[in-house]
Amino acid sequence: MCSYIVEKAKLLGSAKGANGWMRIDTAHVYYDHPFHAPLDHALGIDFINEAQGGRERVAVELSADSARELVEKILDALATGEREHAAAAHHAEALAD
Amino acid sequence: MYEGMLAETVAFRGHNGDLGEAYYARPLGGGPWPGVVLIHHLPGWDEWIKEATRKLAYHGFATIAPHLYFREGPGSPDDVGARVRAAGGVADAQVIGDVAGCLEFLRAQPYANGKVGLIGFCSGGRHVYLAACSLPDVDAAVDCWGGNVIVDDPKQLNAKRPAAPIDLTEKLRCPLLGLFGNDDENPHRDQVNRTEAVLRKLGKTYEFHRYDGAGHAFFNAARPAYRSEQAADGWNKVFGFYRKHLVQTPAARAA
Repeated sequence: MCSYIVEKAKLLGSAKGANGWMRIDTAHVYYDHPFHAPLDHALGIDFINEAQGGRERVAVELSADSARELVEKILDALATGEREHAAAAHHAEALAD
Repeated sequence: MYEGMLAETVAFRGHNGDLGEAYYARPLGGGPWPGVVLIHHLPGWDEWIKEATRKLAYHGFATIAPHLYFREGPGSPDDVGARVRAAGGVADAQVIGDVAGCLEFLRAQPYANGKVGLIGFCSGGRHVYLAACSLPDVDAAVDCWGGNVIVDDPKQLNAKRPAAPIDLTEKLRCPLLGLFGNDDENPHRDQVNRTEAVLRKLGKTYEFHRYDGAGHAFFNAARPAYRSEQAADGWNKVFGFYRKHLVQTPAARAA
């Protein structure tokens, strides 16, 4: 369906687009007809810098299954990464003692 | 027999006199040709919309597809479309003004026969319904699976979309062709039936065709939703409808 439903996430980070790296502060997330992906519906994410007008974006269009897989992998990567970094920090503290 | 077509970007005066861009395809040769305004779907002014514009021209209709998001430019149509989506879409009044400008553009061409139709897909189908109920000089309108013609949740109405199109049906002045997939969720079969009931009750001239095995956007060969058999039949329904209502016979032209 054609909808105007857009979820908005506030972010801190950077993204690389057509003009190189840029700071981003917002992601628009929606599930609707894609522009490019050969799908009837796609999960779209537009990373923008709203504070600077939001005219440039880094965009993805994903199938619903792909989007769910990505969510899982993001959470997995965060969990693994945070665990490893915590362990490394603990090890460094132990060495300092 | 000579065959030819010119397809190009043109400028048109839209709502509030704003200068916008449109994709325009017309048959070459003497004419006279009827005109069609093609209203794009929510993703925007994309390759398929331009293909459909050329298809109509191939069948003898000078067709203009306005870039409804031109005010958010410059930028590629997909980036501009993303900005419009994030801003909650375009206002109905603005779309109607842009369509009115395109009707004027078509009728001003020296090869025009004076008759103009509308066609729109998805959100553009809804825009067709609105424009056909709002503008006095449309000769035939084609709504392809326009969603939200019926608004069951009043919270969907806002400053940009202040009225449910179905509530404007009394003002519909031209014949309406509707094409729908029975597997579509928006418009759902039940909503199509309710729209038809209103048209029938008000004595409007309309044709509705429903397709089994098809959902939303079944004309669009770039998507899995494409259904070749239903799409071919649907396009034939469009051309037949336009030939009936937009193509003037020599006798009618002489009158």
